[in-house]
Amino acid sequence: MQQAGQLCYLSRFREPVIEISTMSLDAQAVKKIAHLARLGVEESENERYALNLSDILSFVERLNAVDTHGIEPMAHPLDASQRLRADEVTETDQHLQFQQVAPKVEAGLYLVPKVIE
Amino acid sequence: MYQKTIAELAAGLRAGEFSSEELTQSCLDRIEEHDAKLNCVVTLTESAALEAAKAADKRLQKDDATLLTGIPYLHKDIFCTLGVRTSCGSRMLDNFEAPYDATVTAQLQAAGAVMLGKTNMDEFAMGSSNETSFYGPVRNPWDLERVPGGSSGGSAAAVAARLAPLATGTDTGGSIRQPAALCGVTGIKPTYGRVSRFGMIAFASSLDQGGPFATSAEDAAHLLEAMSGFDPRDSTSIDRPVDHYAEGLGQDLSGLSIGLPREYFGEGLDAQVGAAVEAAIDEYRKLGAEVKEISLPNTSLAVPAYYVVAPAECSSNLSRMDGVRFGYRCDNPRDLEDLYTRSRGEGFGAEVKRRIMVGTYALSAGYYDAYYLKAQQVRRMIRDDFVKAFEDVDIIMGPTAPTTAFKLGEKADDPVTMYLSDTYTIAVNLAGLPAMSVPAGMADGLPVGLQLIGNYFEEGRLLNAAHRFQQVTDWHTRMPAGFY
Repeated sequence: MQQAGQLCYLSRFREPVIEISTMSLDAQAVKKIAHLARLGVEESENERYALNLSDILSFVERLNAVDTHGIEPMAHPLDASQRLRADEVTETDQHLQFQQVAPKVEAGLYLVPKVIE
Repeated sequence: MYQKTIAELAAGLRAGEFSSEELTQSCLDRIEEHDAKLNCVVTLTESAALEAAKAADKRLQKDDATLLTGIPYLHKDIFCTLGVRTSCGSRMLDNFEAPYDATVTAQLQAAGAVMLGKTNMDEFAMGSSNETSFYGPVRNPWDLERVPGGSSGGSAAAVAARLAPLATGTDTGGSIRQPAALCGVTGIKPTYGRVSRFGMIAFASSLDQGGPFATSAEDAAHLLEAMSGFDPRDSTSIDRPVDHYAEGLGQDLSGLSIGLPREYFGEGLDAQVGAAVEAAIDEYRKLGAEVKEISLPNTSLAVPAYYVVAPAECSSNLSRMDGVRFGYRCDNPRDLEDLYTRSRGEGFGAEVKRRIMVGTYALSAGYYDAYYLKAQQVRRMIRDDFVKAFEDVDIIMGPTAPTTAFKLGEKADDPVTMYLSDTYTIAVNLAGLPAMSVPAGMADGLPVGLQLIGNYFEEGRLLNAAHRFQQVTDWHTRMPAGFY
């Protein structure tokens, strides 16, 4: 079990590694990244995003020149640990209120397009 | 009325010179008169404000009023407000009414402050010019062709134009200090964990921090005190008593040790901005402070480290905007994937999309160590530079921004150039330190900001140093022509 306060450094995505070289992304790579983020990007905009993202990534590449051997990654400025609260019920059921702002709700359930045929 | 300090307004309310209702109406009138030029306010809550003012007037008759009771303020549209739209400057949340109040909203309401409305901002606080807002750019009251800075551009411009005496902001990479500098107002980002993030829409959770805008350090001290405090609903809130910032003002600065990082005065700093900052530091010498040069050797790594950490956290935080539980949903989704993809594609603007994609890339399998972990290691090096510097000096000073306000559209197509306008503010967020910007001069008719950086939880020391400067200078009292 994870200790309180310890941050878990895990990759979020289990999909295959994006097969792209760093520094420069092409329109195809933008499509892949946009898909991973479930982000609709117009076909005509892919080139512009490829340029912007390549600029940003080559800018941050300068971090690679820094020797960070043995330096512990910093997750919290004051190295605070995760507070634990007493295991007591503190929240009441407010689903009606919360679902008032949902785009589509029926019988207390959030509606989305059919997932299983 | 609009040129009075908070202390003067509070005294006027108590002496019966004017009521909160009259004061509130006078702010609403100024917003009505001037905001068409500026676009600071995205939601005006006129009737609720007048109701709150009447309640404040009653409370002022009793003994339980606070200094902020009956004082109007504008609230950055990133703080959730029950019953009032919270858009975060995005089409995604154009229809979003939060079912609860942010802790900061509740604190200010409990203090009796009167919310006039919600201010314009860069979309999800991602921007340095307020040009990424779904509601259009905010204009700088000192020159309507120029940006107010960002992301809290609406709050900064509103206080500069004296539409409200106080406004809230948030600062993830400079979003309070940079617009404060560009608009000629006072703004402070407190220590990470000092102001609750609960109900403050998350951009980069390890960096986000709320804080006040005002026309002076003294006024900012009052608002900061009301916004601060431990909140069990924010997992990174610090459980530590809040200082009475305003009571500590006026202390002598003789013997105060000020460090000037040589990295903040080098290439990229506009000469006139540099000269104004140097002149401000001379004032501190006259006030008895000792000034010495210091070094923060990893300064140049702050912006690149930030543009890994912040996009990574933003890509994770903004994944909750999926068109299912709240916010924008696209028309006629074909299937669930289409619902997610198109809702997010249509709901987010270009800068938010760029950052989500950079973050997604940096966190993807195989790249995580090279980007995020590396950036978090560099982040510690940057923090350690400050820790070392504070063994030797009490306050670090330098420019808030490398230039004065730039023109609308000037940097809008070039993300990296835009990012570099936060070159002196970002390291502070990575380190979690408190820092503020105070008006310190003018260059070609535009305000210049002096940045003061303090050690952890030394907001009081910063505010005192800023207050002493404002007692011997009048930069903070200057107002843009056309807004008198």
